[in-house]
Amino acid sequence: MKFDWFVLPFSIGLIFLVVYLIIQYYLWLNKLSASQLKSFYRIFFSKKIFLVIGEIFSEALLHIRIFKTNILLGFMHSSFALGWFLLIVTGAIETQLFASKPINHLYEPIFFKYFNTHVPTDKLHKIFTFLMDLWLLYVLSGIFLAIVKRFYSRILGIKKTTKLFWTDQVALYSLWLIFPLRLLAESSSTAIFHHGSFLTNTLGSYLEQHIHLSKASYALWWAYSVDLFIFFVILPFSRYMHIPTEIVLIALRRAGLKTEKKINSISQFEIHSCSSCGICIDNCQLQIVSNRNNMIPAYLFQKERHKKVLKRDLYDCLMCGRCETSCPVRINILNIKLARRNEKLTKRKDAFHYLQQLPIETKNTEVAYFAGCMSHLTPSIIRSMLKIFEKFQISYEFIDKDGTVCCGRPLMLAGKYDDAQKLIEKNIQIILASNANILITSCPICYKVFNDEYRLPITVMHHSQWLAQLFHNRKIDIKKSTTKISAVYHDPCDLGRGSHIFDEPRMLLQQFVNLSETSPYKKENSLCCGGSLGNFYANENDRVKIARHAYYQLVHEESCLITSCPLCKKTFQKVAEKPVFDIAEIVNQYML
Amino acid sequence: MKTDVVVIGGGIAGLEASTALHNLGHHVILIEKKDILGGHVALWDKLFPNNKNASSIIHYLKDHLPQNLTILLSTEITNISKRNNSFFIETNFHQTIETKSVLVATGYDVFNAHLKEEYGYGIYDNVITSAELEEMFKNNKPILTKQGKEPSRIGFVHCVGSRDRKINNLYCSKVCCVTAVKQAIEIRQKLPFSETYCFYMDLRMYGLNFEELYNESQEKYGVTFIRGRLSEASETIDGKIIIKVEDTLLGRPLKMTMDMLVLMVGMVPSAGTSFLINKLDLLSNNGHFIASSDEHLLANYTNVNGVFVAGTASSPKSIDDTFADARSAVLAIHQYLTSQKM
Amino acid sequence: MKSFQYLKKIDRTIDYDNNDRALFYYLMRVEPTVALCIACGACTATCSAGNFSTLDLHKIMLSIRRGEKVYIAKEITQCVLCGKCQLVCPKNVNTRGVILQIMSFLQSSQL
Repeated sequence: MKFDWFVLPFSIGLIFLVVYLIIQYYLWLNKLSASQLKSFYRIFFSKKIFLVIGEIFSEALLHIRIFKTNILLGFMHSSFALGWFLLIVTGAIETQLFASKPINHLYEPIFFKYFNTHVPTDKLHKIFTFLMDLWLLYVLSGIFLAIVKRFYSRILGIKKTTKLFWTDQVALYSLWLIFPLRLLAESSSTAIFHHGSFLTNTLGSYLEQHIHLSKASYALWWAYSVDLFIFFVILPFSRYMHIPTEIVLIALRRAGLKTEKKINSISQFEIHSCSSCGICIDNCQLQIVSNRNNMIPAYLFQKERHKKVLKRDLYDCLMCGRCETSCPVRINILNIKLARRNEKLTKRKDAFHYLQQLPIETKNTEVAYFAGCMSHLTPSIIRSMLKIFEKFQISYEFIDKDGTVCCGRPLMLAGKYDDAQKLIEKNIQIILASNANILITSCPICYKVFNDEYRLPITVMHHSQWLAQLFHNRKIDIKKSTTKISAVYHDPCDLGRGSHIFDEPRMLLQQFVNLSETSPYKKENSLCCGGSLGNFYANENDRVKIARHAYYQLVHEESCLITSCPLCKKTFQKVAEKPVFDIAEIVNQYML
Repeated sequence: MKTDVVVIGGGIAGLEASTALHNLGHHVILIEKKDILGGHVALWDKLFPNNKNASSIIHYLKDHLPQNLTILLSTEITNISKRNNSFFIETNFHQTIETKSVLVATGYDVFNAHLKEEYGYGIYDNVITSAELEEMFKNNKPILTKQGKEPSRIGFVHCVGSRDRKINNLYCSKVCCVTAVKQAIEIRQKLPFSETYCFYMDLRMYGLNFEELYNESQEKYGVTFIRGRLSEASETIDGKIIIKVEDTLLGRPLKMTMDMLVLMVGMVPSAGTSFLINKLDLLSNNGHFIASSDEHLLANYTNVNGVFVAGTASSPKSIDDTFADARSAVLAIHQYLTSQKM
Repeated sequence: MKSFQYLKKIDRTIDYDNNDRALFYYLMRVEPTVALCIACGACTATCSAGNFSTLDLHKIMLSIRRGEKVYIAKEITQCVLCGKCQLVCPKNVNTRGVILQIMSFLQSSQL
């Protein structure tokens, strides 16, 4: 049996890590409900397992989504993950095939060049030696990029890189050291036994001329092993916990499990899958205008892992969802934030006794129109909608004509789910009493909560959808004489990213205006106007800055801005040079 | 053309200053972009607080204009630059005027009420601005709703475009409170069977006889004052306006149907004022008006030597204050020109 | 003497000397825009909950400064956080932020 004392740190570290992970994952999985566990275990015996393996390969190793953000950044992440993976796999096979005595210990592939000193003679072994050097060079190139990123992150396409917690720093530096140490250790042995390939041989013979290698070599192998020990022991307490956790998360997600309204162990898997890659930092508009960092997922989850989350970290967020869309790990950031908000404010339940006294009137109409609170502050939207209803002789009931019960989403955004439920119940009664087939709302905030929480037996439509449908049924004619104005469409967060309504407004607007689609900030990548009800800390100054930044990213020269949200309209009006329209106004203005 | 001083703006500040500067022996050119003189005051019917005819002021100023004063009407400045203590002004008639000093009397514009969409201006038929109401008075138009009826209930909304951080106008426009009182009285005089209501945040009756006018409006004309800022307005099928305010002194929300809603629009820097701030690199104050070098001691001086300011180009002012400001600007320019000659 | 019940002093005075203004000082630290309120009432006029309840944000704002904590604790529960008040406030008070901070202050002080 091949043994040297220096293998101990590595072996102990690895055993510690494996045992820790097994216990931790067992504890987390144990807290899942029986049905959740069932669907999780079922994954392993279904075809979906191939999807899981595929995604592990493409995301945990190749990092394809990061490649899509930036090629260099993707290369950096993949070189660590895939490079190290290839080193392990190739090393294990090499040990099986070419170790002088075919006993494969836990540590032998790792320290192969120390224990196996004969020079490779047959072609296959030479190929393996070459591959091992190649993979090592691949990883080293990634480390080079990582170091560059720490100091000049812009080269890798991100403006700001993540600031680290101390355990993350220890882990980071020990990770960076692993591969240079391995290179040096292997090269030093190669210099003595000449059993390496292009990289180790060359460096080995170079080192031989300068250093007394027979002594240094042994020290280097010790250093390599100790460094591995440090990395393995610190890993569970650092961001590198994402490496094993993301694999489990991929399986969980394929089983249809994700964080919903409560923080549970799935959330723990999600939180620990964050690699603090920092892509979310640049996508946060609040960070851009305020330079505050605490709400950014990379930092929030860092604090989550160390249980240091403050109220401000949770509530100082626009909840626009740009971070979630950009997240390469697809963590349900918004749900986690909301669930945490929910925990912060549950002790005190609000009464809303007045809801019981509200009368409910039964009506008999085709359409129930719920303008939404905010629309009452943009009367042009309501007026346009009512004119359109009248023009097409649609029997409608204007549910919140005199203001009604709030839809409940603002309370949910504050984390007050239970209170919101009371409003929702009341509104369901009011809506159903109208006996309408369709509920139309002018407010994307209401639209989202109607869809996600109300479970209404009737069709729910945002007015942009309904108008598009009306147009599609060839009911609307356009004034021929007028020249088309040029315009840009802004996707409201809750309608676009939140409810995936991207095409209907565009399809409709293309008929009425010259729609410019050149901005990169459209559809999923749309910007937040800054008016957000999700944030409880941003002052007017922050909000105006966000609106101005967003407005000038979208609107150039002659075009005007069209949106489909009263809150976006109101927010943009403050900074816009030209009038800001709602899609309903455009239809009302230009229809025959 | 060469001159001692160019006065930009033919409103009351510009007219008063031009006359006085001319009488002090300086060569003056007065530039006005419209084809008539008198600025905003020429659009007014009666003035607060003593019901004087606005036209009498304009007549007085015009009557006292010196015969040989150069007045360029319908003239817009296309460019202005400073070289070696002289200013070169180019106009839309391709004239170039060289002058030793400039008096900016470009005044104000009324606030664009469309920006407070929740009040329904431009959306509802019977929401008008105070400027539009004054124009009705001036032209002796009958006070009617869009539906052609005599309004029986008229509301005046104070502070539209003033003291409002939402539209970044933090300042008080000074004249709207007393104008609302004046206009409410006039409505009551013209329509004796109507009710008038003023919705205010604070009533700023700071001037001589303002408080008396306020008392009279309540005592003699029964104008009702409700302390509460309008939050939103909606429209009924027959074109009436339903407003929502809080009666803050009673601490209860209040809903009221109006036949006509008058928005007391405040002052914003005129397009000409903003243009000159840009072209001459003048400093501006919080409200985007032209900043005085020192608001107490050097009220008419600007950060550019040779550029002076008078009237509402530097801040909202009443007519009295504008006259006083114009006269003080005359003295400042006179000193500047005399010291240059020496 | 027992028949002179009406002579008992009904105290409607705001006892400014003895009121606990801790909430005001807390808000001044975490949400200083609370101090900008001029009690114009636009918030109450537009309030979604105010249509059906006694919720009156401008009174709450004044009560914060006077230290009338019991009133605030009773009234604030009716707020649905819809945010209309924030959109109409001419002084840019971050009203939803203020309300959230009041809620969490009261929650932690167990009032």
